Amino acid sequence: MFRNQYDTDVTTWSPQGRLFQVEYAMEAVKQGSAAIGLRSKTHVVLACVNKSNSELSSHQRKIFKVDDHIGVAIAGLTADGRVLSRYMRSECINYGYTYESPLPVGRLVVQLADKAQVCTQRSWKRPYGVGLLVAGLDESGAHLYYNCPSGNYFEYQAFAIGSRSQAAKTYLERKFEKFTSSSRDDLIKDALFAIRETLQGEKLTSSVCTVSVVGVEEPFTILDQATVQALINEFEISAEEAPANEAAAEPAGGDAGGAAAEEPAPMDI
Amino acid sequence: MDTLLSSEGDSQRTQYPYVTGTSVIGIKYKDGILMAADMGGSYGSTIRYKSIERLKQVGKHTLLGASGEISDYQEILKYLDELILHDNMWDDGNSLGPKEVHNYLTRVMYNRRNKFDPLWNSLILGGVKNGQKYLGSVSMIGVHFEDDHVATGFGNHLARPILREEWRDDLTFEEGVKLLEKCMRNLLYRDRSAVNKVQIAKITEEGMTISQPYSLKTYWDFAAFKNPTVGAEGSW
Repeated sequence: MFRNQYDTDVTTWSPQGRLFQVEYAMEAVKQGSAAIGLRSKTHVVLACVNKSNSELSSHQRKIFKVDDHIGVAIAGLTADGRVLSRYMRSECINYGYTYESPLPVGRLVVQLADKAQVCTQRSWKRPYGVGLLVAGLDESGAHLYYNCPSGNYFEYQAFAIGSRSQAAKTYLERKFEKFTSSSRDDLIKDALFAIRETLQGEKLTSSVCTVSVVGVEEPFTILDQATVQALINEFEISAEEAPANEAAAEPAGGDAGGAAAEEPAPMDI
Repeated sequence: MDTLLSSEGDSQRTQYPYVTGTSVIGIKYKDGILMAADMGGSYGSTIRYKSIERLKQVGKHTLLGASGEISDYQEILKYLDELILHDNMWDDGNSLGPKEVHNYLTRVMYNRRNKFDPLWNSLILGGVKNGQKYLGSVSMIGVHFEDDHVATGFGNHLARPILREEWRDDLTFEEGVKLLEKCMRNLLYRDRSAVNKVQIAKITEEGMTISQPYSLKTYWDFAAFKNPTVGAEGSW
């Protein structure tokens, strides 16, 4: 017997008005290791968890510099993410060539979303299996967007995607109101704390995460491992009392991630 | 065979200008940019048209002044209308400034010259965006630069020496207009294509205005104007 008649291609509607293939693509984002982003008025920080497939291999890069003023963090199919970041890079270069000025972040995000949308409406295509957190700076300030395989995009103050991202989201939701006025260094600190939430017990070290920043007077940069480790060490000292109450919130956050079954259709997210 | 041998046999391009406008000049002043151009259109050396507007607004922050082939200028305006339309269609609060428009036109001009089909114009772009004054120029082959005062064609020879002497960063609007009128009067006296019907345009952070056409006061009663050949032995 057929489990589901309506999920064999992207363009077929279910009688409930859903597109299952698109929803499956959204699921691929949740399988990938976590990526988080948060922003203040002047800076955006992206961070991600690095997972290697085997003891013998290194991990895949999940954060890419697109241009001096834009960077992305991805969760899901890394291969798709690379293709999309290459597209974004070339859009930025072309805009820079024509107008000698940086491409506004919001416009790049719309172009990216339109590209993803096309894949949800063509029988011979497949949706991208990747979620992108796009961080950027333009005339109107610092921005953080989330682009998903369905072709939807959203602007956020702070967001987390990927596996166990619910724990990070809970952390960010608790703190986001102060982010607007945060310093660059405080954003990085919160990024590391949020990343730690997704690790569930595993120790946070510079080898399991990547951190990047873009901001006023600061082109997009991925912090090197030594810098990140120094920051972790620095925070760990003062953080010993902080994790105590965060640890209390952790199981709750973990549960919320597990009890996500009753969430709205994934396309809405 | 004939058409293959003659390189311009069945050319469809404007390889030389038909109707042309003469110099445009532009200066920065205290609050923004001022530009001046006359309204003549020359068919070869015949001044055939006398109310051609050569100063135009492009988008919210940019002023364009053109000299050279008038139909090519109209083509450029068509490109710019489309550019601005598409920019507005994003409806996201971002808009192209003078720098962006200048660079875009540089690309258009250089691209066309690479196709051996140049747009036969010299353009001047000025504007103010986010408190930044901008003034630049592009030639028909894509040569581009920025400066505090710019001019095209004869203006480079007759107006810019005056501007180099008298231009200041803190010119008031009245002083700026006076300086431009001095330049335009000189061009009127010495450039045979110039006509005494000019427009001056102003662009600031607040917006832009293009003046109604008006005439400059002239004085032709100099002895040398009245009888140019006196003292020129052997001429008639």
